[in-house]
Amino acid sequence: MNQGWQQILTIARKDARLAGRTRDTLLATAFYAALVLLVLGLALGPDDARLKPAAAGAVWAALALSSAIASGRAFAQEQEAGALEQLTLYPGPHGALYLGKWLGSWLQLLVLALLVLPLGLLLFGAAGGGQVLPWPALGLVALLGVTGLSASSTFYAAITVNLRAREALLPALAFPLLVPVVLSTVKATSLLIGGGWSSEVAAWLSFLAVFDVGTLIVCTLLFPFAVE
Amino acid sequence: MPILKDRLTPALGALTLVLLLAGLWLSLTAPADVNQGLLVRLMFVHVPTAWLSYLAYGGTGLFGLLYLITRQRRYDRLAMSSGEIGVLFTVATIVGGMLWAKPTWGTYWVWDARLTTTALSLVVYGAYLLVRGLIDDPERRARVSAVIGVVGTLYIPVNYMAVEWWRGVHQTQTLKLLGGMNWGAAPVYGIALTVMTVAFTVLYLYLLRVRGILAVRQERREEREFELPEPQGTPLSGAGVRRG
Repeated sequence: MNQGWQQILTIARKDARLAGRTRDTLLATAFYAALVLLVLGLALGPDDARLKPAAAGAVWAALALSSAIASGRAFAQEQEAGALEQLTLYPGPHGALYLGKWLGSWLQLLVLALLVLPLGLLLFGAAGGGQVLPWPALGLVALLGVTGLSASSTFYAAITVNLRAREALLPALAFPLLVPVVLSTVKATSLLIGGGWSSEVAAWLSFLAVFDVGTLIVCTLLFPFAVE
Repeated sequence: MPILKDRLTPALGALTLVLLLAGLWLSLTAPADVNQGLLVRLMFVHVPTAWLSYLAYGGTGLFGLLYLITRQRRYDRLAMSSGEIGVLFTVATIVGGMLWAKPTWGTYWVWDARLTTTALSLVVYGAYLLVRGLIDDPERRARVSAVIGVVGTLYIPVNYMAVEWWRGVHQTQTLKLLGGMNWGAAPVYGIALTVMTVAFTVLYLYLLRVRGILAVRQERREEREFELPEPQGTPLSGAGVRRG
């Protein structure tokens, strides 16, 4: 048990150090998320009445798509360095490998969310202009949302890393499982923007939390079969 | 496996035929509904096809799990067959639902939660079948697709509960599993629907068996073509690589 925790932290720390030194994943996902926001902003037009209700959806669409890239990179960089096989050969439970990788991309995605969420809401006119937003509650949504997004996309990234056309397949496999996360985060965010904290927000967030925990448990248990 | 002496498959096929005919007779003689008129008859097909697709996706997850535990290739074949049946009947469910939706809701498609999650199942299991096509090594193909099939099972409760959670235009569950049974229509509809559901359940078993037999033959032909040794007879590859 102790060894498993240590392994999780070691892998996460290694990934975090790598991310801090090269910053390639963080930069790539940041540019990608900005691109999604810009494209959606242009597509929906300059009309503020149409942009504002779309703010929550645009922000979470950008984050969901970025999470596939971030998690895909987490395994692809091991594969390119020829280190994936060694990683799976280390003694210790394979579930810890998944959790470590998940923690690594979770951290990066959280940093991204802390940038994208306020920026996107500002760009789409949902924040700023004298409007008071419940930022701590939005932070909680971001925390839970990022957890769910990275949990499923990290799991599928481990499966698709060895396949041909992995970049195309990862979203196709992971997104159906991301849909509950995207739906509940979008609902919670737009409810928070519209009227602040309410029991409905709490219901969405508790669903999200249950889904996060369920996904993490199922993926940790199944991960040894996915890589072996 | 003595395929030619198989008696269970024709028996299942005959039972399916009898049950389907009985169900059809019951649903075609049922009186027209007060609100929906003759359209209610589509429900006797729509609900069982949806039931069958759940059953098939559940089967993909279950057989995948059984494969991961036992490492017997027949479970992989059954999981694949079940996934194909699931995709086929999801398409049937969506088409049947669309035909019903046009006269009642006034449109073929709305972005309702139940409809969207049903369409998503096509992506989940379409990708499942796609990944199977991308991996050449049969052992790895079986293992990876079993994992995808098991995780894909998470979609079933989401789809089932979608009408509760998001409260769109789709009516709530026909069969409520949580909080007691509750049937709001006349009993004659219940009988027709039950017979049809049983008929489709047997149909699933029949199709699963037929597809499974086809998969065995396909595998044998491939082995003959490549002149590879029998994959079932390699206990080493199952036990040795398990822990990586």
